[in-house]
Amino acid sequence: MAGEIGHFALILALVIACLQSLVPMIGAGRGDPALMAFGRAAATLQAAFVTCAFAALAFAFVQTDFSLAAVASNTHSTMPLAYRFAGVWGNHEGSMLLWVLILSVFGAAIAWYGDNLRDSFQARVLAVQGMIGAAFLAFLLFTSNPFARLSPAPLDGAELNPLLQDPGLVIHPPLLYLGYVGFSVAFSFAVAALIEGRVDAAWARWVRPWVLAAWVCLTCGIALGSIWAYYTLGWGGWWFWDPVENASLMPWLMGTALLHSALVLERRGALIGWTILLAILTFSLSLIGTFLVRSGILTSVHAFAVDPRRGVFILAIIVGATGGALALFAARAPVLASGALFGRVSRETGLALNNLFLMALTAVVFLGTFYPVIMEAFSTDKISVGPPYYALTFAPIAVPLLVLVVFGPMLMWKRDTLAGVGARVRWPLVACGAALALGLALFPVARVTAALGIALAAWLVVGAGAILARRWRHSGDFVRAVRTTPTATYGLVLAHAGLGLLVAGVTAMSAWQSSQVLVMHPGQRVAIGRAAVTLDALTQGTGPNFVSLIASFTLDRGGRESPLVSERRFYPASRTQTTQAGIAPALAGNTYVAIGEAQDGGGIVVRLYDHPLVDWIWAGAVLMALGGTVSLADRRFRIGAARPAVLPAGRLAPA
Amino acid sequence: MTRWLYGVPVLLLAVLVAVFAHGLTKDPSRIPSTLIDRPLPPFALAGLDAASPGFAAADFTAGHEPRLLNVFASWCAACPVEHPMLLKIAAGGTPVYGLDWKDEPAKASAWLAQLGNPYRRIASDPTARTGIDLGVTGVPETFVVDRHGRIRYKQVGPITAADWEGTLRPMLDRLRAEA
Repeated sequence: MAGEIGHFALILALVIACLQSLVPMIGAGRGDPALMAFGRAAATLQAAFVTCAFAALAFAFVQTDFSLAAVASNTHSTMPLAYRFAGVWGNHEGSMLLWVLILSVFGAAIAWYGDNLRDSFQARVLAVQGMIGAAFLAFLLFTSNPFARLSPAPLDGAELNPLLQDPGLVIHPPLLYLGYVGFSVAFSFAVAALIEGRVDAAWARWVRPWVLAAWVCLTCGIALGSIWAYYTLGWGGWWFWDPVENASLMPWLMGTALLHSALVLERRGALIGWTILLAILTFSLSLIGTFLVRSGILTSVHAFAVDPRRGVFILAIIVGATGGALALFAARAPVLASGALFGRVSRETGLALNNLFLMALTAVVFLGTFYPVIMEAFSTDKISVGPPYYALTFAPIAVPLLVLVVFGPMLMWKRDTLAGVGARVRWPLVACGAALALGLALFPVARVTAALGIALAAWLVVGAGAILARRWRHSGDFVRAVRTTPTATYGLVLAHAGLGLLVAGVTAMSAWQSSQVLVMHPGQRVAIGRAAVTLDALTQGTGPNFVSLIASFTLDRGGRESPLVSERRFYPASRTQTTQAGIAPALAGNTYVAIGEAQDGGGIVVRLYDHPLVDWIWAGAVLMALGGTVSLADRRFRIGAARPAVLPAGRLAPA
Repeated sequence: MTRWLYGVPVLLLAVLVAVFAHGLTKDPSRIPSTLIDRPLPPFALAGLDAASPGFAAADFTAGHEPRLLNVFASWCAACPVEHPMLLKIAAGGTPVYGLDWKDEPAKASAWLAQLGNPYRRIASDPTARTGIDLGVTGVPETFVVDRHGRIRYKQVGPITAADWEGTLRPMLDRLRAEA
């Protein structure tokens, strides 16, 4: 019964989305307030129906209604409640429904909280959101219906892939989707602005909180995915350059560029066409990422559903959305008011350079990801591109960008001098030089790159601190200076310092990571990194839907002992084996233990890793996200062009 | 900035969509064989035991008829699925040659004794040296070899009834008709 209610709600949502994409657009053209108001009502109703459909599917999953195909192929009656629920988005159909749910909730949020927008503009934004919604609802209903029935219903389902039965599944996909789909708002704003032919500072002020909120979610989503991979895949890698990881990295890089160019547009009225283009491209990359995962055009560990029909449908959505928006851009952007002028040395130039570097990074990742598809179009070879390609191409572009990061906030708007900015970055420069000298003195010659990496990290962290120091130093009243510093400045400092931590972590991991693989017997002690690990015992255990072999270790870190456990789980329903690594985190680095096959004679294969500063990578990402969140709280976002403006992120996504 | 520059993104997208659309027509699990229309790589292998002869690449040029070269192994899970089909094909008159890949000859003999032997001749390739030359990626795989000893087609995975009726049998009929 729940299945039919959900299915019907989805059909109604599609009908409403179709109307939403037409009626307010016509209303905005004619200046008819009633037709424009329809957009707001339709967005709300669409969100209500999609929520209803999602609730119906969640109900079916939790109740293990195996007559639904999606439930039967992804849920087993022994799975714990949390994973039965998260299983809703652990499969193709359900995850697309989650995507549409977030999209419609964002649409409703524009309707509710967008009353500071011009009516005609809001109506057009909602119409564009309606079009995206209609396209994805049609995709869902025609190619991936989550409510398809099975007859006869099986007695029990096939289990959700055990690798996905992890707390990571509960939050990683929703966060990632909040990011992907959040960029749809920037896209709709850009298209609506092109239709209206009006882009100004107020536009940038409206769109920036949405971009920021999406960016924060995407940052957290990517970081969580990386942590999840780190502890489940059993060898402690934190980034694999897998096509699907790249699919999330590309919108992130482009979104970061958008965030910065929108800042220039908001403050200085410059980079208008560029900002619009970035808004279109950022969401388009989210769409292309979806295409990549769902079409099976590239095979990947993440691909749930390989079906060319779905690929064709998503390709059609890309042609319609991105193609339409870019055609509109080609036609309308040249007539938009050209932006304010700025000097060759100025913060505008700094941010424009930031954009160029981020674009180049996106292009590098894009090329690496799609190289196999492109090659196959011109030859019969099957080729894939691996980490060596990214090491050669990504780092040389990322390093100059990271050097520039410190200059950006130190530059004056409009016009500046090299001597002036040089003087302002002298403390970061000193810190960087000191770190480099220390590194060169301490590390062997082969570790020159490590010394450079640590120097770069010091440059970034001290450079972020210098922003605050410069603000506070010259004011007589320190407390007042701290209080009057805009919240957004703290956000900037946190985010840029986070980048520094990330660089430190990546550098340490690539320079000093060490590992050992051996057969261990109970009682045996092995040194790894700065610690030693002793295998205490091997025992059997059982979980709700698995049996496991548990290896208990004692970790000795300079005299301090602590227990460490690694498990090897066998899931009988899907006959799958997973490894739960034992990880002892510490500020200086993690000790990582993963067990393998048990050997004849009581031994077990053990892989031991020392991961120096690895947690700094994620701490850096979290700090960046925190910086974004703090920026969102800045009151300047709430003072619109004329009326009280956009609300803080907490209320952007009421779901 | 001149006006035409604004049109560049949409043109790039058009190229990209063309590439993607082309990519969708390809089967991602397909592994191309570079040997299509090339002669079989030279090999001469022994049979499963001293009593039965193996075969060599040169044997495919003799006799003036197209043949199937089937790669199998007794440890392979999909091979028993394919086996009844091979027995049917062999019974229909098409010569099937078997390459026993990465396998122990004694185990393969026992396996064939149990399931029936569709092969006209069997060659043993325990070290997979010939398998590498042929570009074998797994078992079962089947090559269609024409009367001149050239590889004309490669089937990856078990031959289903649909594969036989839809692809392999029409291809063999065409090859028999070729001069």
